[in-house]
Amino acid sequence: MADFNVTDSEAAIADRPHTFSVLVDNEAGVLHRIVGLFSGRGYNIETLTVAEVNAEESLSRITIVTSGTPQIIDQIHAQLARLVPVRKVTDLTDETDAVERELALVKVKGKGNARVEALRIADIFRAHVVDSTINSFVFEIVGSTEKLDAFIQLMDPLGLIDVSRTGVVAIARGAEGM
Amino acid sequence: MAQEKKLMGAEIILKALQDQGVDVVFGYPGGVTLPLYEKIYGQNHLRHILVRHEQGGVHAAEGYARSTGKPGVVIVTSGPGATNTVTGLVDALMDSIPIVCITGQVFSHLIGNDAFQEADTTGITRAATKHNYLVRDVEDLARTIHEAFHVATSGKPGPVLIDIPKDVLIGHGAYMEPVKAKHKTYNPRTKGDPKMIEKAVDLLMSAKRPILYGGGGLINSGPRAGKYLQELANLTGYPFTLTLMGLGAVPASHKNYLGMPGMHGTLEANLAMHGCDVMFNVGARFDDRVTGRTDKFAPDAKKIHIDIDPACINKNVHVDVPIIGDAGSIMKEIVALWKAKKAKANQAALKKWWAQIDKWRSKNCLDFKQGPDIILPQYALSRLNEAMQGKDVYITTDVGQHQMWAAQYLRFDKPKRWMTSGGLGTMGYGVPAAMGVQLAHPNSKVVCVTSEGSIMMNIQELATISYYKLPVKILNLNNKVLGMIRQWQELFHQNLESECDLNAPPDFMKLADAFGFVALRADKPSEVDDVLAEMMALDRPVLVNMAVSRDENVFPMIPGGAAHNEIVLGPNQTADMDDDNMMMA
Repeated sequence: MADFNVTDSEAAIADRPHTFSVLVDNEAGVLHRIVGLFSGRGYNIETLTVAEVNAEESLSRITIVTSGTPQIIDQIHAQLARLVPVRKVTDLTDETDAVERELALVKVKGKGNARVEALRIADIFRAHVVDSTINSFVFEIVGSTEKLDAFIQLMDPLGLIDVSRTGVVAIARGAEGM
Repeated sequence: MAQEKKLMGAEIILKALQDQGVDVVFGYPGGVTLPLYEKIYGQNHLRHILVRHEQGGVHAAEGYARSTGKPGVVIVTSGPGATNTVTGLVDALMDSIPIVCITGQVFSHLIGNDAFQEADTTGITRAATKHNYLVRDVEDLARTIHEAFHVATSGKPGPVLIDIPKDVLIGHGAYMEPVKAKHKTYNPRTKGDPKMIEKAVDLLMSAKRPILYGGGGLINSGPRAGKYLQELANLTGYPFTLTLMGLGAVPASHKNYLGMPGMHGTLEANLAMHGCDVMFNVGARFDDRVTGRTDKFAPDAKKIHIDIDPACINKNVHVDVPIIGDAGSIMKEIVALWKAKKAKANQAALKKWWAQIDKWRSKNCLDFKQGPDIILPQYALSRLNEAMQGKDVYITTDVGQHQMWAAQYLRFDKPKRWMTSGGLGTMGYGVPAAMGVQLAHPNSKVVCVTSEGSIMMNIQELATISYYKLPVKILNLNNKVLGMIRQWQELFHQNLESECDLNAPPDFMKLADAFGFVALRADKPSEVDDVLAEMMALDRPVLVNMAVSRDENVFPMIPGGAAHNEIVLGPNQTADMDDDNMMMA
């Protein structure tokens, strides 16, 4: 008998990163629901940020960068929207419609030329020194994911020790609220 | 401001259940729910059914819910009480059954301390429920319970769990009545987009080889959804098929009915699904057991999909006309628009299509040959079908071969008469579900079709059935083997019968007797009709142990991952259908 254990051959559509902004009621377990949805259904999470944005109404905004085929992205959108504590889901992927920023704290250790070079590059990237010792800096840098990646890459040969990144936060351009 | 009367948490729960119209709850007491049971004692608004295992309680509530359209309610204790409900909750989630499950929790100040019978119930059941709540303040209790009923029963129905710590049960707070207020986040859409409805009707009008395909959503939506689908079938003359979850939504006796589609669906339903040019799906979710291989599923069809859950659209199969909303409301508008447009089906094309379908039908794909010695399960179920026609009968099943044969050979002319575990495929569903159905319909005949494997997975509920003197009829099609496992091993695993043999205790006659059931048996085909008649006539719990053939396979069969036109027929049918398949190519 023929082998019927053939899985559907997915058309090879390039997975494109998508940024979802999700406005939720800030109640116990809401983050677990969102994360559980992604892990349970096998979706990727590239970055995730969450914080309360309206204390009066107890609303939090969760920003998730994910990737998948257009069909998966539509599914993620619909699955997020059907969670009971979710107020609104917006896809902020298109850069003409939204601003995206990320913050990183980057620790570099070094002496002499490497230390001077690190400071010079930090200046070019408009990174700030937020901590300094005789042989180390902590830089704070804000920008797009690509800018942060580039900065961290340049720091690597100059004594990169540690990186802490917030993940992407995003907001729609223009006067309209979510 | 007048001083509001404060009620104890336990009293708030009972009052909220009463205000929600709950008359039966399935439960099992435990340490932390004792304050609630103190209030359950001696009241007569709510009938509490003491199940013998919490999983049985949830399945019973599912049977109650599926056969009435009302939510089923379960009350269990913390820790093991809560974890035992998980299978039932996932079962209800997969099949969209409205359940409200109240779990006790340890005192709030003990949560997180690994207290006795503590479990992270909301954490464990987050993926097992449509939504869940942990009530931290008795003042939130009434509102939360009312909200839970709203979430469980609206949109795509499902199980909702409310975890209530003991201090909330014994604390005192204000009661509030159910309100019809708009929820701040949860407001599922019910009305379909008129533009999409118009597109759907235009597509239906243009069809040359149409198929109407209905699912469990027709039943959840209420009786009008099936009635309008029936009217659409009458108006258009189009053939229709109903999924496992949709059986009975439109009468199986309708001449346009092709039987069930999918892995063990009929030849005519599957080939019509494969060859159609317009597919009209209402309330079904393109489950993999229906579609088979999705990239070869209905390759020439434009697809219309009506579903209340936006996440069901384009999940498994890409559709051309999605309509989000309630099946009943949308079907009503589609029928009205078809009439308003004075639409006519393409009669010449339809005649040709029916000629093709009739050719498939004439293969008689469910045919079997009953000999004189060993009872075939197909024969047993076709005789049960005879015995139940025209009577007030509800059927539940367990999971496996017997379930598929029941779906093939039992024919339902009304919705809510067929209770089966479709999505999760939970062995052990049938007996407790039958108990729940019988409690909801005390004067009807409730038959659980099961087999010796499944029945053991919730056998303890025989005690509940017996204790409450419920005249549930259990038909145990005993083939002494895990039949579906054996069938797959025969077909796909070199016929190695690995760990499927059940030629073992118990002696079901003695077991039935021990639980206070009438024990009946049938070993020969000639005994089948008599024993079924006796079973149906008895007004007591009865278990029929029917010895059936060990070697039968369920056919037709679309092997996993295959396309509809790769359907395999049984040994009694000729499989030379290549020429027919190609007709529409």
